[in-house]
Amino acid sequence: MSENEPRAAAHKPAMSIEKAQKARRKFLQSVGLTAGIVGISLLGYIPVTSARTTRLRPPGALDEADFLSSCIKCGQCVQVCPVAAIKLGDIDDGFGLGVPYIAARDQACDFSCDAVQCILACPTGSLTYHKPDFLGVRAGAPLAHAPILKAKENDAEPSLNLKERFGVARLARPESCLAVQGKGFKGQARGPAFKGEMRYVDVDRWAPIPVRDHPYERDICDLCVTECPIKDAISLQPFVNEAGDQRFMPVVQEQCVGCGVCEMICPVEPAAIVVDAQAVWKGAAR
Amino acid sequence: MSRYLDLLKGMLGAAPKRPEKVSEKVQKIMFLKYEDKDRYIKEKLHARDHHIVSHKWRNRRWAVLIATNLLFVFSFWLDIQILEGALTASRFVGFHLIDLNSALHVMLAHKHIIVNLFIGTFTVFLLWVLLGGRSFCSWVCPYHLLAEWTEKLHLWLVDRKIVTDHEFHRGTRTVFWLLFALLSVVTGYTIFETISPTGILSRALIYGPGLALGWVFLLLLFEVFWSRRAWCRYVCPIGLTYGAVGALSPLQITYHVEHCFHEGDCRKVCLVPHVLDVTVKGRAGEETLGLGPDCTRCGLCVDICPTGALRYEVKGLSKLL
Repeated sequence: MSENEPRAAAHKPAMSIEKAQKARRKFLQSVGLTAGIVGISLLGYIPVTSARTTRLRPPGALDEADFLSSCIKCGQCVQVCPVAAIKLGDIDDGFGLGVPYIAARDQACDFSCDAVQCILACPTGSLTYHKPDFLGVRAGAPLAHAPILKAKENDAEPSLNLKERFGVARLARPESCLAVQGKGFKGQARGPAFKGEMRYVDVDRWAPIPVRDHPYERDICDLCVTECPIKDAISLQPFVNEAGDQRFMPVVQEQCVGCGVCEMICPVEPAAIVVDAQAVWKGAAR
Repeated sequence: MSRYLDLLKGMLGAAPKRPEKVSEKVQKIMFLKYEDKDRYIKEKLHARDHHIVSHKWRNRRWAVLIATNLLFVFSFWLDIQILEGALTASRFVGFHLIDLNSALHVMLAHKHIIVNLFIGTFTVFLLWVLLGGRSFCSWVCPYHLLAEWTEKLHLWLVDRKIVTDHEFHRGTRTVFWLLFALLSVVTGYTIFETISPTGILSRALIYGPGLALGWVFLLLLFEVFWSRRAWCRYVCPIGLTYGAVGALSPLQITYHVEHCFHEGDCRKVCLVPHVLDVTVKGRAGEETLGLGPDCTRCGLCVDICPTGALRYEVKGLSKLL
């Protein structure tokens, strides 16, 4: 032993074979872990690129890609919404996880906050009054003039600070529209089980109430027109159908911001009128 | 200075180094400690016998962690509006607070910084410079708490030789940090946010559970059956971001070699045992040493140490007191 000792010391490898193997294994496992986690994180691309659903984003939202990148996923917009219209995306939304959206049929944004509170709450400018200059504006996205909120039409400042629309309403199923059929409507717009809320100025200027607590009675159904919170965004227009009968049809106007109240309030199932999320105005003859 | 650099390198993944020079004072301490072996053993056993095992710091920490997260929850549920938002970004009585790692990724992905984002980030930055960056991990992060609980299950299984802990290279976390930063820049999406259990758990608590909790569950399973505390140790870039921020923090856990019997109980309970390398016999070059930026200031070592060799200290302040 004493004979071999100096030699062993001189030729002692930096690391024993066993140790080297262990280190190698650890390194490979670490590489595997890295690849695995990064791979999983990139799965978020699938829902985003396949665009399975185009979400209706809250008012003032940047265009989708910028919205997803700038949103910090904190949900402060959720907290300020008086009608709880804003929900957060889940992991099946991919990179849209934790990003706010509105399911208009369940609960639309009726601007009962009067001031677009969600924009005010956003800490990163994902929801914004003023889009920064370096971000492009899609044709048909800007509103011709500031939308006037019917609820505060008589106030000193009747308009909403909203430059671009976040969607556009469309009469998707004219055949099921009650007005087109010449029918009226009586009762709870969405039935007794519907949980959605809306602000009715004649009931309470400041507190929204459940839609089921506010029944309607109309000779010709015009809920989408009367309940639309924005002035001049939709109107009921007469037409003569193929059978020669005088009928009415809701027609979406250029001031439509895409809030989705018409979709929420439409009493037929499925809704005759829907909001196309993130759509732009393409002219009256759509 | 060189120790300081070594600590930073250690946080990035380098193996701890032996001290180049051991101060005379420490040499003297070590000599006196081992001068009389019988006395040393007696003293050790004596200290053990009189050690009242407490969970003082752990309990305080759990209380703070739970209270902080509940404050978020109740601010929304009960509409008390004290701490609105989630851990990624919030307002404390109206004042912006923004998680540093989330803010970094939004800036990298969106490539634009608005004033509120900057204000919120700066406030939080100052807060964690003072409190020690990674204190965020053990005193605030909800995933840390869950992982701490499931870690007990892991250790129980290890004890019964049902599972073994598979260690990864600690440098993996640095690679992750760089990769996720790069991914944010290149793709324009805040990709890390999609898999961050911190954000997922915080939102689930406040806004209600979702499918994303399944991912958190898988991570916990991985930690129980494959690798102890793997997410916090080898993956989470939030920890590294906060570690860097708290690198100069005055609030530290300090090690006093004089009181140490070098038995290593502290290293067994530690999330980041490499910071406790100084507690190995012969690794301390100075009488008193801070544990460095990667320490989460969780206090498990403070609780377990039978001799008070590990303590919470505020640099400068402790000397004054």
